[in-house]
Amino acid sequence: MVSTIASVGLPIDETLMIKKNRLIPKEGLKGGEKRISIVTGTHGDELEGQYVCYELQRRIKESYDCLTGIADIYPALNPLGVDSITRGIPGFDLDMNRMFPGSGHNSMPEYITSQITNDLSGSDAVIDIHASNIYLKEIPQIRINEITRDTLVPYAKLLNVDYIWIHASATVLESTLAYSLNSIGTPTLVVEMGVGMRITKEYGDQLVDGIFCLMKELGIWQGKVIEPKKPIISEDGKVSFINANSAGVFVPLAEHWKNVKKGDPIGKILNPLTGEAAEEIFAQTDGIVFTLREYPIVSEGSLVARILS
Amino acid sequence: MEEKTLYELGSIYRDNMRVKGYIFGKGEKSACIVGATRGNEIQQVYMCSQLIKIFTQLEKLGKIQDGKSIMVVPTVNSYSMNIGKRFWSTDNTDINRMFPGYNLGETTQRIAAGVFESVNDYKYGIQFTSFYIQGNFIPHVRMMKTGFEDLDLARDFGLPYIYRRKPRPYDTTTLNYNWQLWKTKAFSVYTNATDSIDTVSAREAINSVLSFLNKNGIIDYKCHEGYISQLIEGDLLVNVKSFVSGILVVRSDANSSVKRGDLLAEILDPYTGRVLDEITSPVNGIVFFHANQPLIYSQTTLFKIIREDDLI
Repeated sequence: MVSTIASVGLPIDETLMIKKNRLIPKEGLKGGEKRISIVTGTHGDELEGQYVCYELQRRIKESYDCLTGIADIYPALNPLGVDSITRGIPGFDLDMNRMFPGSGHNSMPEYITSQITNDLSGSDAVIDIHASNIYLKEIPQIRINEITRDTLVPYAKLLNVDYIWIHASATVLESTLAYSLNSIGTPTLVVEMGVGMRITKEYGDQLVDGIFCLMKELGIWQGKVIEPKKPIISEDGKVSFINANSAGVFVPLAEHWKNVKKGDPIGKILNPLTGEAAEEIFAQTDGIVFTLREYPIVSEGSLVARILS
Repeated sequence: MEEKTLYELGSIYRDNMRVKGYIFGKGEKSACIVGATRGNEIQQVYMCSQLIKIFTQLEKLGKIQDGKSIMVVPTVNSYSMNIGKRFWSTDNTDINRMFPGYNLGETTQRIAAGVFESVNDYKYGIQFTSFYIQGNFIPHVRMMKTGFEDLDLARDFGLPYIYRRKPRPYDTTTLNYNWQLWKTKAFSVYTNATDSIDTVSAREAINSVLSFLNKNGIIDYKCHEGYISQLIEGDLLVNVKSFVSGILVVRSDANSSVKRGDLLAEILDPYTGRVLDEITSPVNGIVFFHANQPLIYSQTTLFKIIREDDLI
């Protein structure tokens, strides 16, 4: 059943509506069912979760008898952003994922985030699906704040991703959806995969397989599931960042999600005006390239790759 | 006056971006004034330009006190200003959410690090900044409640109000917050305008900075003492929100004294002109802030009012 969880009047004859679709067992609810919530579209230019929302529901509806709990699907937490290809909330130029848990007393973005927080609160698991931004391509991965690792790593292992990155806590991240929900006892996992403004179907299928594994574990799904991949789990110390030191056009020479040896070429930064290479970039460590620059134009400091050693 | 490039960023097809500092006097790093960190903070650049003009004159007259120096950084984001964007020109990140920066990090982290390295050892730090909702404020000096804030010093600006609020998680990466962590006494000065120039409130803010510097022995500048500032705690302001959307017509400006029930604004149906809602003041007080964008969403803060009781 599709319902509106928050609405705000827009100035000219339009209402902003944040919607969810709730799927429940065919025979109805008896009470005590577990609930999984799939959310995406906080950043309007991250679309990988759109396919996941569709495909998850398609497979549930194909074997509806196997659904024994509640699946809530929120495909667009920032509908104006999705519609206008805008990362933040149009009109405010704010990153919605820095506005949680929100408040009913302040501005419109905080009103919306408070409504979202209230609606998601109490889920047995929340999967917050992000794509990378438009600049970088990421393998399917889950990012976990170190303070929630004990609760979340067991869930994350079921989600059939390639990599679980346990990162250090940072104060600035305390206003994210995931932090806010985890801090009130609603387990929330952040998925990053693919690239902004695009859909990578194989990654979406991979994650949907994993979501069914988690649903089965929670008692929400009784159908067949795959054996999830065994992800690499690492902390910050194992991740090296490679940033451009010159402006120009980045052309990759390494492949995404492939091993490299220290000294192997990662890419070149070209200057099309002079016909020269402004910079050649090499791996500083042995490892696997799990983030690779997708958008060619770079400035000094632009991230071009991350390597997991 | 010494003009110094604090940070320079190369680009493939644009001219380099140069963050410039203008230094007056010699000796102790006494006060640093930073203008625009966002590309639409035109008023903030304007105020810095006027201060640079005044400091140039004062320096010629020998009125920068011996052993004291002042630096003014009009903007750290000229790239975005030149193309009319609020945030960073390529990836839309906010430089004022990148401090203290990281010199091996992403572009805006590097800019923040380059700037912070030049401004972090001043005794006093003053930032001209803007609010994320478009609107008019009573000019005021703003501080975060970090435990390092200094109310008595804030009074030296002589502005009518000092606004103090608790920092939120995303504030921890602002220039003001990091200045405080690095032991600089930091203040943010807000005026009426951002992407346009309001000369009256700009003049008030400029005078407040001159008054502050004079009272703290950095310049010799005869000026009006200003107001005896009133402290306003952020969580005591009364928020007045819209419950319908439409065209906003403001009826009570910033600094207006209002009584409970007074008309603050009307929201009109954009098609028929019918008054959809009359926004009235829930308390007796003074309008501290009002939104001024003509098209307004519902559930949006329209006014912030200082309750009369909180002024006593």
